[in-house]
Amino acid sequence: MQYTIHVNGKAQGLEADPQMPLLWVLRDVLDLKGTKFGCGKSFCGACTVHLDGVPTRSCITPISAVGSAAVTTIEAIAATPAGRAVQKAWLAVDVVQCGYCQAGQIMSASALLAKKPKPTDEDIDQAMSGNICRCATYTRIRAAIKQAAGQPTLDTRDKFL
Amino acid sequence: MIAISNTGSQWASRRAFLRASVAVGGGLLLDFSMPAVFAAAKADTAAAAGTLNAFVQISNDGIVTIMSKNPEIGQGIKTMLPMLIAEELDVDWSSVRIEQALSDPARYGQQFAGGSRATPLNWDALRRVGAAARQMLVTAAAQTWSVPAAECATQSGKVLHTPSKRSMSYGRLASKAALLPPPDLASLPLKDPNDYKIIGKSVAGVDSPLVVTGQPLFGIDVTVPGMLYAVFAKSPVFGGTAVSANLDAIKSQPGIRDAFIVRGGAVFNGLASGVAIVATHWWLADKARDLLEVVWDEGATASQSTEGFARQAVQLSAQAPAAKVASEGDVIQALAASAKQLEAAYSYPFIAHATLEPQNCTAHVQDGKVEIWAPTQNPDAGRKIVAKTLGITDADVTIHMTRCGGGFGRRLMNDYMVEAAWISKQVGAPVKLLWNRQDDVQHDFYRPAGFHFFKAGLDSAGKLQAFKDHFVSFGENGKAASSADLNANEFPAKFVANVELGMSLMPLGVPTGPLRAPGSNGLAFVFQSFIDEIAHAAGQDPLQYRLALLGERRVVGSFDTGRMIDVLNLVGEKSAWGRRPPGKGSGMGIAFYYSHLGYFAEVVHATVGAGGRISVDKVWVVGDVGSQIINPTSAENQVQGAALDGIGEALGQVITLNNGRVVQRNFDDFLLLRMNQAPPVEVHFLKTDHPPTGLGEPALPPVLPALCNALFAATGVRIRSLPIDPKLLA
Repeated sequence: MQYTIHVNGKAQGLEADPQMPLLWVLRDVLDLKGTKFGCGKSFCGACTVHLDGVPTRSCITPISAVGSAAVTTIEAIAATPAGRAVQKAWLAVDVVQCGYCQAGQIMSASALLAKKPKPTDEDIDQAMSGNICRCATYTRIRAAIKQAAGQPTLDTRDKFL
Repeated sequence: MIAISNTGSQWASRRAFLRASVAVGGGLLLDFSMPAVFAAAKADTAAAAGTLNAFVQISNDGIVTIMSKNPEIGQGIKTMLPMLIAEELDVDWSSVRIEQALSDPARYGQQFAGGSRATPLNWDALRRVGAAARQMLVTAAAQTWSVPAAECATQSGKVLHTPSKRSMSYGRLASKAALLPPPDLASLPLKDPNDYKIIGKSVAGVDSPLVVTGQPLFGIDVTVPGMLYAVFAKSPVFGGTAVSANLDAIKSQPGIRDAFIVRGGAVFNGLASGVAIVATHWWLADKARDLLEVVWDEGATASQSTEGFARQAVQLSAQAPAAKVASEGDVIQALAASAKQLEAAYSYPFIAHATLEPQNCTAHVQDGKVEIWAPTQNPDAGRKIVAKTLGITDADVTIHMTRCGGGFGRRLMNDYMVEAAWISKQVGAPVKLLWNRQDDVQHDFYRPAGFHFFKAGLDSAGKLQAFKDHFVSFGENGKAASSADLNANEFPAKFVANVELGMSLMPLGVPTGPLRAPGSNGLAFVFQSFIDEIAHAAGQDPLQYRLALLGERRVVGSFDTGRMIDVLNLVGEKSAWGRRPPGKGSGMGIAFYYSHLGYFAEVVHATVGAGGRISVDKVWVVGDVGSQIINPTSAENQVQGAALDGIGEALGQVITLNNGRVVQRNFDDFLLLRMNQAPPVEVHFLKTDHPPTGLGEPALPPVLPALCNALFAATGVRIRSLPIDPKLLA
């Protein structure tokens, strides 16, 4: 089937099986390698992209379901104010260990901040618990989201400070 | 295979260091005629490029390129090892560019990520590599100015001659310096730590700007022109072989270029039998695989199960251990004479590594040579397996080390590398092999399960007088399977008058291997939990009881009790141990563990709610890994991650065997820790006058028993089996 999808502000014509997940179209057809394969079943969030700003698991989103939605990937998230702030905070807080999950984390975090500019710890738990970090950099992901939001990075759940 | 010591005696560490020295900087100590590190500088072109040695190149405009030799798996080594060189080279970190070295042990020395060894193996050697390059630049400047080298100093990438107020940048000196003979590494002066400008300062990960913008860095991101994609279906029963398959049906599917049976061999860490499907796109290969029907010869282990092993372990525990690991005094008599006796059976399950980047490798076999791009922790071992399997020489295998999306020990094995090479050879094209998540969960080298049957005897004062463990583990012919061993130093073995550690082995047809803090990640849980039981039975505070067990400050084997006493006391202080009023359903637990040359004590505060719901509220960690925390931001990140990793293991992780197969398939049944479960982790380092040691592993083991001990404090229920079953706490 022929499809035209809108990825990072550009119309892309391509031919693919209707069932082919957006993840594999991005990675192996359009050569956008930033979106990662982790589980193929939407359990880990490594493949998170935005469809019209909504965080979406591209590994279970068939190309036929993308339609005219604006697809934003990690490669272009810096074009949004929230995305830019999140990337900057990620570097300032030095979040990354292996880094494999971080594209998905950043996409989820950017969507959170675009919707809720001052998220609480509960908001962060809710928005981010679908993204696994196998290195467990959760402490710093939490701090970086708050830093990107211009909030104190203190963990309000910590009753022992 | 690299020998990785769990506990790392000083002697083992010294030997390993000398081996590394021979190949890395210290090679010059022994072999002036052909120092591999400096060989590159002999060519005129290298001199023109300012190549001072295998690790350091300085361009005319002062850009310093430092090769990072080890695989990056998230432990921060690509940043940390070059910091050691840059410090002694005396350059500004901002002028440094880092490149990942190829796998080339003759040039760079040992290149692996395992056993938390990179710091102890390279701390001295790589500082000397930097100092040697600096000395050559000083000599070049002194010759240029016709002044004694002793009058010259360096600062921020310049050589200074203070008496004449002259200075010259490294960039202008590098070509000349590159032609000079390398200095004697042994006698090179090294900086006073008080003068460090890079070591001990937080340096952000060098690849992080590429990570956060989604640039291709990982093995899975590799693209080679003309590349095809492959999946490889292996027998669900380990060691099974493919007899036949519906290959014609597979080949007729869209995009499929080839499908064939690989006969394979019997070694787990080699080419296994299976069916390869090669396609124009990976997703098409994986989709065709849904239609794959294979007749397997399942082999000898198709009846194995977790339940069967547990039953067998209980039966074996009733007999005398097949082998004694440690025996001191008379444990039978001491138990009989004790005022109070305890008995407990503990166990932990098989678990998987579950690196988030599934195993993958890109290989291109051409003209009797192979080029490989692999996320591997152990490239040279992979080279040897590939060469042997393909019938070529080691020199015909080129390995590019990509960034690894997690390691945790899984990528010390290179099974996926040899599979990719074999498939590329068969199809005559470059091939990217990628496992799907089910492959990854079901074809790991698992952390072996273990069963411990403890007895302890206390005297009337509560002092531990007798300690006995019958460890039922896995192995054959008296040899434990990988990471399934127990050694005679396991605490409290050398600290109790009457001790018996015994082992019995069950044969196992399942691949096992090192998982982050191998051995220790299970042993810490059982030993430090049972010690907690003993402390409570004695009616004593668990922290004080541990301090009393450790006794005087002294060195026992390679274990320095003083260092452990100090981290225990500090974690008590930081967590306000014994000074917090117990909240409803809450409790604190403590544990310590010595592994990978690191001393760690940890406290967990946990709360148990309705239905046994566990909330881990906070973790305090105190570690002693020597005199320097080389990169503090990365060190804290590692320790927080290790502690949370351990909590994840305790709360959710289990691999179950049934009919010789792994039951779990993905992250809905193999549960990794998530954001909403991750507590704050407070980290403190105690700096002591010992050489710096590694941090990838030693913070993990104590958190498991600290958590279970906290749950006991909260509920009175003792967790003796992992993962924790919340129903027991309800």
